Amino acid sequence: MSTATRFASTDDYVKGGVEIIGADSAPRYLFSNMFEVASKAQAWERVVVARNLEFTIECARAEGESPWFICAHDETCLVMQGDIDIHFIAAETRPAADSNGAQRVAGVPAGANMGHVRLARGHMALLPANAAYQMRARQLGVVLLQSIEGPLSVQRWASICQH
Amino acid sequence: MNTAINYDAHRATPDARYGYQVFTIGSFSFTRDEYFVRVSYPKGTYVSDVGLFLRAMMRDVAWGFFYGWVNFDDVFGTVNHYGSVDVFVGSYNAGYQSAGTDFCERFDANKLYDCFHALLSDWTNEGFDPFAAPLETGSPYGSKHGNNDAAVNFQRELAERFVGSPGDTELRTDARGFTVNRQFADVPQDEPEVHTEPGFEGQLSAFNLFAYLSRSPVTWNPSIASVVGQSAYCPTSEEHMLPILHGNDRVEWFIQLSDEITWQVADKATAAPRAMITMKAGDIAAMPADISHRGFSPKRSMLLVWENMTPGLEERYGSGELAPTAAEF
Repeated sequence: MSTATRFASTDDYVKGGVEIIGADSAPRYLFSNMFEVASKAQAWERVVVARNLEFTIECARAEGESPWFICAHDETCLVMQGDIDIHFIAAETRPAADSNGAQRVAGVPAGANMGHVRLARGHMALLPANAAYQMRARQLGVVLLQSIEGPLSVQRWASICQH
Repeated sequence: MNTAINYDAHRATPDARYGYQVFTIGSFSFTRDEYFVRVSYPKGTYVSDVGLFLRAMMRDVAWGFFYGWVNFDDVFGTVNHYGSVDVFVGSYNAGYQSAGTDFCERFDANKLYDCFHALLSDWTNEGFDPFAAPLETGSPYGSKHGNNDAAVNFQRELAERFVGSPGDTELRTDARGFTVNRQFADVPQDEPEVHTEPGFEGQLSAFNLFAYLSRSPVTWNPSIASVVGQSAYCPTSEEHMLPILHGNDRVEWFIQLSDEITWQVADKATAAPRAMITMKAGDIAAMPADISHRGFSPKRSMLLVWENMTPGLEERYGSGELAPTAAEF
């Protein structure tokens, strides 16, 4: 018997789905596939694929270099496809302490270089609060960002979920 | 429903027939023989396969009664009120409800935990690990022979911020006793490169989540890998069948990282079937706050369970203040 572990990618994914067998409806389950979402997204667009009140998981198509982002709280980044470097700067200008979600930084933020992490599929990185970060994809990738709903969070449930 | 809390401790009495103790707490009495558990309660008797019962009891104890409903099956289970816990027979089963044979009693959580933990320790024989997949452990059956407290007392790892960060939970390694599972032998074990500039030591963290999951020695037992506010990533490795039907007291999300799980979804209040959800690698689905679910994973798979730990959510969903679904379109 094969025990090969099955991962997926934008080029190789098969969606499951919701079968209704009682008094219910499929949209309640907000069923989507991250690779399908990334296939149809703009690079570095942060599409909300899971929401739990104010908290989000955002899916991004990782392609080329992202803008610089900064966030007043921790976030995390899980690489589901591709090889991605994340560079960090201790930004001199911080977002409001009570703000939620990532914000875009115009240009390269002023501040000291904190270092970088080099990630592959399955790797997960902490995006520390108030550290500006830029993701650099070495090939087409997909990342999941654990965050809080903010100005860059894109919600389009009707187009990504099973009806 | 009587919501008075019973603070009485349990009693354990020897039973010479098979060597197991009989446990009594409040109006419930728990007896086991070589194959079955019998739960006596004021309106009748409940019987179940002891292997299924111990696997469910293991999760209930290890998770501190978890979020909401831990249904051992369509009849018996617990409801967590965070400080007190209901034990019920048939209270969320339409057949028992209509017959009037449903019964529920509320206990102090610590007293009930002590009872269930003692039962689990006494009834788990040497060679049987209720956390393990059936192909990876021995039989739960027979008269009492030894114990397996090392398995029963397994502690899940709960990161406070991020696995591997200074002062937080550690990576899983051979040296710590976490070897790669037989069904994840093909999962790369490389760790990310972390290049930190002088002055920022300890501020950057990264780890291989897939390698971490490939080394999980247990099934259907989420750890916590990262926390953002009250948002908790709870990754877990799954094989065979979730031993409980988890009834949600809040919205919960599943992100299928590898392989496949099929979820059987039922109405939380009546156990009536609602849906079957098949999740393949990359699929994402929400579990609304008004259902129960049980997963089936034919091959060991990686699942990211995502929880909102905000205190008091159970009351906000229970009162109807919050809709049971995470979003509408």
